[in-house]
Amino acid sequence: MFAFVIRRIIQSLFVILVIGFIGFAIKHQIGDPVRDLVGISVSKAERDALREQLGLNDPFMSQYVRFMKNAVHGDLGMSFFYKKPTLEVIVKKAPATLELVFVSSLIIIFLSIPAGVYAAIRPRSWLTRFIMGASIVGVSIPVFLTAILLIYVFSVELGWLPSYGRGATVSLWGWETGLLTIDGWKHLILPSIALSSIMLPLFIRLIRSEMMEVLQSEYVKYAWAKGLAPRRVYFVHAFKNTLLPVITVGGVQLGILIAYTILTETVFQWQGMGFMFLEAVERSDTTLLVAYMMVVGVVFVAVNTMVDIIYGLVNPTVRIAGRK
Amino acid sequence: MKKILIAACLALCIVLAFGATVQAKTLKLAMDADPVSLDPHVQLSGGMLQYSHMVFDPLVRWTKDMQIEPRLAEKWERLDDLTMRFYLRKGVKFHSGAEFTAKDVVFTIDRLKKSQDYKALFDPFTGPVAVSDYVVDLKTTKPYPLVLNMATYVFPMDSAFYTGTDEKGQPKDAIVKIGPSFALTNESGTGPYKVTYREQGVKNVFTRFADYWDKASPGNADEIVLTPIKNDATRVAALLSGDVDFIMPVPPQDYERIRKEKGVQLATMAGSRIITVQLNQKRRPEFANRKVRQAIVYAINNEGIVKKIMKGEALAAGQQGPMGFAGYDPALVPRYDLEKAKTLMKEAGFENGFSCSMIAPNNRYVNDEKIAEAIVSMLAKINIKVNLKTMPKAQYWDEFDAQVADIQMIGWHSDTEDSANYTEFLCMCPDKETGYGQYNSGNYCNPQVDELVLDSQSETDPAKRSQILKQVERILYDDAAYVPLHWQNLSWAGKSNLDIDPIVNVMNFPYFGDLVIK
Repeated sequence: MFAFVIRRIIQSLFVILVIGFIGFAIKHQIGDPVRDLVGISVSKAERDALREQLGLNDPFMSQYVRFMKNAVHGDLGMSFFYKKPTLEVIVKKAPATLELVFVSSLIIIFLSIPAGVYAAIRPRSWLTRFIMGASIVGVSIPVFLTAILLIYVFSVELGWLPSYGRGATVSLWGWETGLLTIDGWKHLILPSIALSSIMLPLFIRLIRSEMMEVLQSEYVKYAWAKGLAPRRVYFVHAFKNTLLPVITVGGVQLGILIAYTILTETVFQWQGMGFMFLEAVERSDTTLLVAYMMVVGVVFVAVNTMVDIIYGLVNPTVRIAGRK
Repeated sequence: MKKILIAACLALCIVLAFGATVQAKTLKLAMDADPVSLDPHVQLSGGMLQYSHMVFDPLVRWTKDMQIEPRLAEKWERLDDLTMRFYLRKGVKFHSGAEFTAKDVVFTIDRLKKSQDYKALFDPFTGPVAVSDYVVDLKTTKPYPLVLNMATYVFPMDSAFYTGTDEKGQPKDAIVKIGPSFALTNESGTGPYKVTYREQGVKNVFTRFADYWDKASPGNADEIVLTPIKNDATRVAALLSGDVDFIMPVPPQDYERIRKEKGVQLATMAGSRIITVQLNQKRRPEFANRKVRQAIVYAINNEGIVKKIMKGEALAAGQQGPMGFAGYDPALVPRYDLEKAKTLMKEAGFENGFSCSMIAPNNRYVNDEKIAEAIVSMLAKINIKVNLKTMPKAQYWDEFDAQVADIQMIGWHSDTEDSANYTEFLCMCPDKETGYGQYNSGNYCNPQVDELVLDSQSETDPAKRSQILKQVERILYDDAAYVPLHWQNLSWAGKSNLDIDPIVNVMNFPYFGDLVIK
C-alpha cells in the first residue's frame, strides 16, 4: 500500500511538471499583454520599452528557467491586470468558485443518487422515462444557455432571485463566504443549478446503468433466492457496489466541474476563478493564465491521486494488481 | 388623552417627513469593465476617464454638443502664440481636505508628461507656470491649437497628498504599470465622489463628496455602487430584473427589448469612433490604383450595413470625424453606387476582379465580425474575392501590425477629440521616427495631406484651421484613401426615474456627478 501511494505521488509530480511546461509554452501564443496595458495611441517605441522591462523579449528557455525558479518558491509572477501576485489573486477568487462547486456537487449527489437508483429499480415507470428524457435535454443544452434561461425566468420575469454576483459575504478567517448570509444563498441558487445541470444527467445515467448491471449479478440473484427483504437487497448489497465506479468518475468530474465554472461564472458575473481565467485570456494576462493552469492542474492531479488511493482502500484487489 | 394623541400624531408626521427628506439615493451602476486603477494617469482609456470624471474634475470639459465648458478653470485667454492663461476657481477642496491651487495643476501636468500613455499627447507642452495661487500659464514649444482639448485631460491631483514616499519607500507619485503603487490604491481629487470601497473586478463604491465645489450641479446620487458585468446578456438582465439602475454599454440586439419594457429607458447617440477598413497598397498592387479603391468604396453599402447589421444604431460615414469636429464637411457623404463601382473596375482594367485576404477582430467593435462578412459579400459583386479571417482582439493587433492581410479593419476614436488625430494615425505616410501613420496599414501616402496636417498643428485660428482640415478630408475622400463605414453609436440604459439625457456625451463618459434621480 505504501509503495502504491508513493508511486502515484511521483506520477502526480511528473504530470504537474508537464502541465507547467505546456502552460508556459502556450503563453507565447495567447497574445501580447502589453496591448491591454497601454492605450492604442501609445507609440511602438514605448510599448517595446515596456515589453523589455517586463522581460517578455527574453529567449523562451531563459523565461522558462526564471519561471520555474520562482515557481519552486511559490512565486508565480505578478498579474498584469490586477497588479498583484497571481497566487494572491487566485486565492482571493478561490472561495467563490469552491463554494459554487461545493453546492453544485451537493445538488448532483442528492438528486442523482435517488433518481438513478429509482430508474434502475423501476426501469419502465413513467417517472423513470421522464427522468431519462429530462437528462438527455439537460446534457444537450449548453450551460450558458441554461444559465441565461434561468436568469430570464427567475430574475427578469418572476423577480424571485438575483441575476448576478455573489451577494453579501462574511469574512471567516480570511475566507470570504456567501454561505453564512441569506443574501449569499439567494445568489448561489441559480449559478449552482446551472453548473450542476452539466453533470447531473451524466451521474443519473451512470448510477442507473451501474445499478442495473449489479442487479443482474450472481450474488444479487443469490440474495433474492435466500429470501432477503427487497430493501436490504437494493441498498446493502447492490447500492454499495454501484458506488465504486461512481466514486472514481466523481473524482474526475469534480475537477472538470471546476473547469466548467468558466462559462457559468461568466454569465452570472460570479467573481470566481473561472471568470478570472476568461478575463485573463481576453486581456492576454499571460502570467495569471499560467498560474491558474498550474493551480488547477495541481488540484486536478491531487484529486485524482486521492481518488486512486481511496479506491485502493475500498477495493483491495487494486492494491494487489498494483503490487505486481 | 386627545392632546396626547394629537401630539403623538404630530411627532410621527414630523419624523416621517424628516425621514423622507434625508433618505439616501444610491445608484447601482453596471459597466462592462471597472477602473484598472485609482491612478488616473496609469492608463488612457474610456474606463479610466469615466472614473476620472467621477473622482477628479478636469480644468474644462466637453458639453454634449461639443463645446468647452469651464470646470476647475473659470476662464482662460490666449496671451500669445505660445501661452494660454487659465484662471482657476477659488475655494475648491480636495477629498483630503486640502485647498486646490495652481501648484496642483503644475504637479498634474508634470506627472502627465511622465505617463507612458499621456506623454505623447502632452509632448507639445513645456513646464506650466503658476503665476499666482489661482492663475496658471500653459506654455507650448510652438503654436498649438489644441490646448483646450488637452485641458480636458488635466484632472488636477492633490499635490500634497501625492508627495513624499509610501510605507514601502516608493514615491507616492510613481506611475506604475505593473505592480502596486500609492496612487493605485489611494485617491484625492476634487470630483463629486470619493472612493470608499474598491475590490478590482468585483465592486467599487463611490460616495458623494460633501465639500464638492459645484453647488450648481443638480446631481443628487449620494452613493454609486459600480459593478463590472462583462456579459452583455447578464448586464441587460440585471437592469430588467431591477438589480441595477444603470448599464453601459447596451448591446444592440437588446435595444428594442429595453424600449418596450416599462420602467426602463434607453438613450443612444452617434459617437466619434469611426469604423474603417484599410486597403494595403504595398501588399496588393491593385489597391495602389485610385480607381480600384474608389470602386471598393462605391461597392460597400454603408447605409445598408447600418440598417441591417447595426439595426439603425450607427451613423453611416463618408469621412473620419463626425459633426462637431473641426474638419467635418457636410458635403462628404457615404457613397454607394454598384453600377459606378463596376464602371470604375472596368476602367481600371479589373472587370474580372481579383482575390485578396482580409482580417478583422470579432470582439472589439460592435458587430465587427458581421460587418466584415457583409463587406466580403459586397465586394464579391464587383468580382473581388475576399478570404476573410476573424480573431479575438488579443491576437488581432499583432496580426494587424504585421500587416498579414490585404484588407484590415480598424476603428478609431480621436484622443484629442479633433479631426487631425484621425489622419495622424490612420492616413499620414507611415513614419517610424515620428510615429505618424502608426495604424496606416493601407500604406496610403500623400505628401500634400501630410503637409496640411502639419500646418494644422500650429494654426491657432479655429476658422483657418477648420478650413485646412476640411481640405484634408476632401483629399482623402477623393483619393478613397481608406473605406469609412460608420460611427458607432453609444448607448446607455437605466430605470425611468433617472434623468439620463443631460449627462451623456459623445466621449462616452456620462457625468454622473450631475445625474438626477427622480
